Order: sequence, then structure tokens, then C-alpha cells
Amino acid sequence: MATTYEAIATVTVGSGGAASIDFTSIPATFTDLLVKLSARSNGSGGYDFQNMFVKINGATTNGSTRWLRGNGSSASSASDTPIYTTALNYPLSTSNTFNNMELYFPNYLSSNNKSISIDAVAENNATAAEAVLQAGLWSNTNAITEIGFYPNIGSFVQHSTATLYGIKNS
Amino acid sequence: MPTTYEPIATNTLSTTASSIEFTSISGSYTDLVLVGEGTVSTETTLYLQFNSDTGSNYSSTYLLGDGSAASSGRWSSQSVIYLYNWKTGRNNLICQINNYSNTTTNKTTLTRLNTPSGYVVANVGLWRSTSAITSIKISHGANFNSTTQFTLYGIKAA
Repeated sequence: MATTYEAIATVTVGSGGAASIDFTSIPATFTDLLVKLSARSNGSGGYDFQNMFVKINGATTNGSTRWLRGNGSSASSASDTPIYTTALNYPLSTSNTFNNMELYFPNYLSSNNKSISIDAVAENNATAAEAVLQAGLWSNTNAITEIGFYPNIGSFVQHSTATLYGIKNS
Repeated sequence: MPTTYEPIATNTLSTTASSIEFTSISGSYTDLVLVGEGTVSTETTLYLQFNSDTGSNYSSTYLLGDGSAASSGRWSSQSVIYLYNWKTGRNNLICQINNYSNTTTNKTTLTRLNTPSGYVVANVGLWRSTSAITSIKISHGANFNSTTQFTLYGIKAA
């Protein structure tokens, strides 16, 4: 039987950091896509964690998201545009601690809008932590050919990494 | 390297239907993953049933975000595993069914259900049966619309 769960590409950020992590020219030979990401930024800010935005086909337009979030003391829910997660470790986090994130894109080639399943966590040896479940929607009927990520401030630091997998249903 | 993640079957609707069923599931895998993406005729609940068991042998607990608040609830002694609602936009779910073919333990499910215009849900389900799972029926209280697609994958531990 053919391989149905296949690594398409991996990006590992080098010593100079990277403003974004991008997967381009995604082949149209799978049914679903899965991204597994572990990242940290060097940005500054006053919040416990940083936001990380998701680009589809090179832009954040037409994206929206809905969260279910726990921070170690309470749970909450909210929605916003575009698609981003609130669970990215940065210099306020425990050193050498990177977030963990998984995004599942079912039917990424379909001619319908695309719903996305997102789970992300940012653990921290401090009072604050962040666990987030998200429903994403890309209101666009084009096939997904590019997926990218960038922190709202600063760059991804060295050792941040992401792998794009393709999954076939036959 | 042996293939450890295999598609078992896919069902893509060409017309509306209230349920989709995977039957004759072999016991040759360790775990199952059910992936669904689609839309429905009106907002109401999705639910799972195994091996055509209509007894009051199912329960489930959900953790929910609706965009303004987080909440949790549960159903017990039901004839299905209630998941939560899909709405008329595009939705998805990913359901993990681990150790599905053992004949010693009751079966549990872990589902992430995403209704982008409504809900983010994590749901755990229980089927109080030690039978191996050989069929899975996923239903909607109204209808799945055409283009809705469900795929059942099998995962082998070795």
C-alpha cells in the first residue's frame, strides 16, 4: 500500500533567526495537511505569551478563529480575525521553552471554505501558562498552496521548527 | 518501513444523508482515527454509535468554547455518544478511538470538533462494551449536506 502519511517539508530556524516559517508550493496530491510546530520568538511585550499569526496562500486575509483557552487558573473563549494563536513562548517565558502546536487542514484542495483544527500550548515555569484549542476558518474556495507563520513582534529564534505532513485518504 | 497509518475507507456524500457508516472494520490495526469535514442542513448535534448497539451504553463529556465563554457538560446512559453541534458553514472533527479491537476493556473516544462559526469542542466518549469495534456510524440530527466527507484511518503499533 502506498504511503499515506508523508512528510512534505521541514523548516528549522538557524542561528540568525527567521521572521517567518513558510511552506510554499504545497503539492496537490494529498487529502489533508498537518503541521507540527515548536517555536519561540525574540519579541518584546508585556503579556505572558505572544501571538503567532497563520498565513494561508501568503496572506492572513479571510481568516477567522475561535478559541477555548485555559491559563492555569481559568478557562475562557473568544473569537477574532485573522487566524492566530495566543500561545507562543518568548523572552518572558522560561528560557529554552518553546511552544507546541498542531494544525490540521482537512480537504485542503476543496472548492469550499476551509475549516481548520488547531491545538497549541505554551508551558512555562511560572504562574502563567497557556493551553488553546482553536477552530479556524479560511473563507476562501481556492486550494491551499502555502502555509506560513510569523510572530506579531520579533522573529522566530534558532531551533524553532515546523514540519508539514500530507495525508492521503486512498 | 511498514505502513502504519492507512486509510480504511472514505465516504464522500453526493447528496444529503443523516448518517454515514463504516462497516466490516478489520481488527488488524491498533487505533482508529475518524476525520470528517463538511456542512449540515441545520445546526444540531453529531453523534457516534458502534456495532449498531442501540442500548443505553454510551456517555460523553465535553469542554466547549463558544466565542464568549467556556463551559462543560455531559450526557450519560445514552444510546449514542453525543459530540456537539456542527453549523451550516464548513466544520470538521477528528476522533481518536484507541485500542478499538481489544475484547477486555470498554472503548473510549477523544474528539476535537470544530465549528468555526460557533464552537470549539473537546469531547471524551465512552462505549460500555468490551466488544471489538467493527462498525462506526456517525449521524447528524438533521442532514449532512453533499460534499461532506468522512475518512476512517487505521494505525498500527507494529
